[in-house]
Amino acid sequence: MAKEVDQAGKSLLEVIADTGKIPEAMNVRLNGHSCDRKVSENIDICNKKEKPGINVTIKPNTIDETVSIPVVITEGGINDIVYNTIDVGAGSNITISAGCGIHNDSDGCSEHDGIHEFIIRENAKVKYVENHYGEGNGSGDKILNPKTKIEVMENAIAELDMTQIEGVDSTIRDTEIILHENARIVVTERLMTSGNQRADSNIDVNVEGDGASAQIISKSVAKGNSIQNFNMTLTGNSKCKGHIQCDSIIMDNAKVASTPKIFAANTEAELIHEATVGRIANEQLTKLMTIGITEEEAENIIIEGFLE
Amino acid sequence: MNLLELKNICVDIPDEGDNKAILKDISIEFESGKIYVITGPNGGGKSTFAKCIMGIMPQNSGNVFLDGEDISDLNIVERNKKGIGYAFQSPAKFKGLKVGRFLELARNDSGKSITHTLKDVGLNPDEYLNRSIDNSFSGGELKRIELASILIQDLKLALFDEPEAGIDLWSFKLLIKTFKRLNRFTDTCIVIISHQERIMDMADEIVVIDKGEIAQMTYKNKLLSILNNNDLEKCQMTCCEGGEYCGERG
Repeated sequence: MAKEVDQAGKSLLEVIADTGKIPEAMNVRLNGHSCDRKVSENIDICNKKEKPGINVTIKPNTIDETVSIPVVITEGGINDIVYNTIDVGAGSNITISAGCGIHNDSDGCSEHDGIHEFIIRENAKVKYVENHYGEGNGSGDKILNPKTKIEVMENAIAELDMTQIEGVDSTIRDTEIILHENARIVVTERLMTSGNQRADSNIDVNVEGDGASAQIISKSVAKGNSIQNFNMTLTGNSKCKGHIQCDSIIMDNAKVASTPKIFAANTEAELIHEATVGRIANEQLTKLMTIGITEEEAENIIIEGFLE
Repeated sequence: MNLLELKNICVDIPDEGDNKAILKDISIEFESGKIYVITGPNGGGKSTFAKCIMGIMPQNSGNVFLDGEDISDLNIVERNKKGIGYAFQSPAKFKGLKVGRFLELARNDSGKSITHTLKDVGLNPDEYLNRSIDNSFSGGELKRIELASILIQDLKLALFDEPEAGIDLWSFKLLIKTFKRLNRFTDTCIVIISHQERIMDMADEIVVIDKGEIAQMTYKNKLLSILNNNDLEKCQMTCCEGGEYCGERG
């Protein structure tokens, strides 16, 4: 079992865990085991006793600190399940990075199921960045099945930025969100699949508190023979605002199903859903070609902009 | 030598199992440094004419020459590399693509300033450079970005399809000013599809296209007078060559 991150692992870390600054606290999980850990005065990380995973505890009023908890898998035939609990203290303002990268050169399947539970306490503000990425020359599948449960307490704000744009053969993403009074969440999900890849994303938002708001933005590009399936549910049980926007670009022989659902259980709930699936518009390609860009480059520029 | 020469251009489109002729044996020449306005009734073939020059709707027969070189077989990208640009009547929106990036792509190696170009079309760079070209843009703003995408290039031939459509009066004044400046300070040949009298007023030559055919006028004032009298049929039947009005065609 590798105890140190090798070159392939370091490259993965650059892709999945670069937040632009050195984190005050971190825990790197390599091939199913913690291999590197750093804690700060305000951020503590310790192993769970009953199951694999860590508890990250952020003291109240921790300001401008970053905690990074990336997972790297560089061996084939690994099925790594990890349970992480992150408790963000009241009044904090922090960034959490929790990506997962798989490098699989073997014929065996590599899988990581990251089960994250967040509690974001009163008046805290959290930016959560999650990058998922797969690479390698083996025929073994690279599978990522993240489950994320977030409870945002009174007056707290959460911004989730979740990206998976390359190399993951199969993913089922389950995200469950509960919002309390005056809490706010913005979720931006970006997905790109190609070849025979498959991605399912299920986001379930329950707005329980008055004055709370949720904005869910999902952007995806499906290429080749890939299949994507989106299920977005927004439930308003209070005087709240919610908006789901789910846009997909479809190319080649890909298939995309998008099911946004809004459920209002309060007359003061204002909920909106929008979903679009369509190919790249010809007029976009033609315009870019008239400024000297080839059709293939134009497609890449349009996709890059769309996922931005 | 003429900048652009079209010889016996025909464009057909499939129509209920048959071919419908959109442009019928069109031959015409354009010179550098001049402004040409293409006008005529809707559905007469004006846009197809401009799209054919750009390579968007290639000719079925005939030839296109640029600076004496036969570019008939070149595609849109290759024609742009040769110095032809096209401003669309309804500019495309690009969700996520920022104005600055779009103009950087259009600029290629012209070396022109993106901020200056934005100012030239009346847009504040601080406000627009990082904005995505999406539904938040008004029709007038999109037209200005489209205009900027032409101005930032070094073009031999700039084609504008109804640049006045969907813009406000203030934008229209700026448009006229922009054409005049482009004409004054560059040698770019400007070809504008338009119905607007004030745009026709700038033209060195006005070309009327109807039913896929051309009636070329060099006597601008005469054409404007005919148009003012709503006698378009007469206009379509007339032809002036050599700068002199020569009456009705046989």
